[in-house]
Amino acid sequence: METLVFYGFAAMAIGSAILLVSMRNIARALFLFFIVLFSVAGLYVFALADFIAITQLLIYVGGVLVLLLFAFMLSNKELLNQLQRGVSHFFAMPVWQALLIAVSFLAILIHTAIQVGADEPAWITASKTAGTTIQPGDNTVQHIGVQVMTQYLLPFEVVSILLMMALIGAAHLTRKEETP
Amino acid sequence: MITLTHFLVVGACLFSIGLYAVLARRNAILVLVGIELMINAAIVNLVAFSRYDKAFYGGQVFALFAIVLAAAAVAVALAIILNVYKFYKSVNPEDIRNLKD
Repeated sequence: METLVFYGFAAMAIGSAILLVSMRNIARALFLFFIVLFSVAGLYVFALADFIAITQLLIYVGGVLVLLLFAFMLSNKELLNQLQRGVSHFFAMPVWQALLIAVSFLAILIHTAIQVGADEPAWITASKTAGTTIQPGDNTVQHIGVQVMTQYLLPFEVVSILLMMALIGAAHLTRKEETP
Repeated sequence: MITLTHFLVVGACLFSIGLYAVLARRNAILVLVGIELMINAAIVNLVAFSRYDKAFYGGQVFALFAIVLAAAAVAVALAIILNVYKFYKSVNPEDIRNLKD
C-alpha cells in the first residue's frame, strides 16, 4: 500500500515534469510546476522528512512560484508576439541534441543509483544493523532544531547572511534609476 | 519501508528532465524552472540519505539550507530577468548577446 502511494506520487511528479518541459504555453507550464512541487513534497514525507515537506510547500509553492508567475506576467509580451507569428524554430538547440544529453545523463544516474542499491555504503549498513535509522514516530522537528543550533550553527549563520545579501541585491537590481 | 534506490531513481529522472529544460527551452523563466527541478532532485537525494543519519540529521538540515538558497537564487534571477527584459525586450537567452559597459 505504502509503495503504491509512493509510486503514485513519483509518477505524478515525473509525468507532470515531462509535460512541463514539452509544453508551449508558459502559464500552463508554471501551473504544472505547482503539481511537481506538491508531489515532490509528498515524496519527502515518504522519506520521513515531514518538516522539509512543509518547508517545501511554504517556500516553493507559496513564494517561488508566485515570483515566477509574477515575472512571467511582466515579461510575456514577447512570448505572445512569438505565438502569434508562429515561429518555426522554437528550441534553442535542436531537440534531439538536448534529448540525447538528458537521456544519456539519466542512464548514468540510474546506473549509479542501482549500484548504490546493490552494495550500499558502509555507514548505511552500520546504521541499519544498529537500528539507528529514523523511524516514522520520531519527533524530527525537535531534532532538526537542536542540530541547527548546535552542530550546524556556522552554516546556518552563513546562509542567513547570504539570504540578506540576496534580498538587498534583488531590491537594488529592480530599483528605478534616478539619473542615467 | 521504501528503499533508497527508489528515491535515487526518482531524483535521477527529475534531474534529467530539468537538464533537458535548461538545454532546450528558449525562455529564461522556463530555464529557471529547469534549474529548480534539478535542485529539487538534489533535495530528494539529500532527504533519502538522511533517513540513515539519526545522529546529526545532516541531510535534512542541508535540504532546508538548499531550499532557502534556491528561493534566494530565484529572487535575484527574476530581478535580473526583468532587467534584461527591460533592456532587450526579450527573455530569450539567444537574443542576449552583449554586456552593458
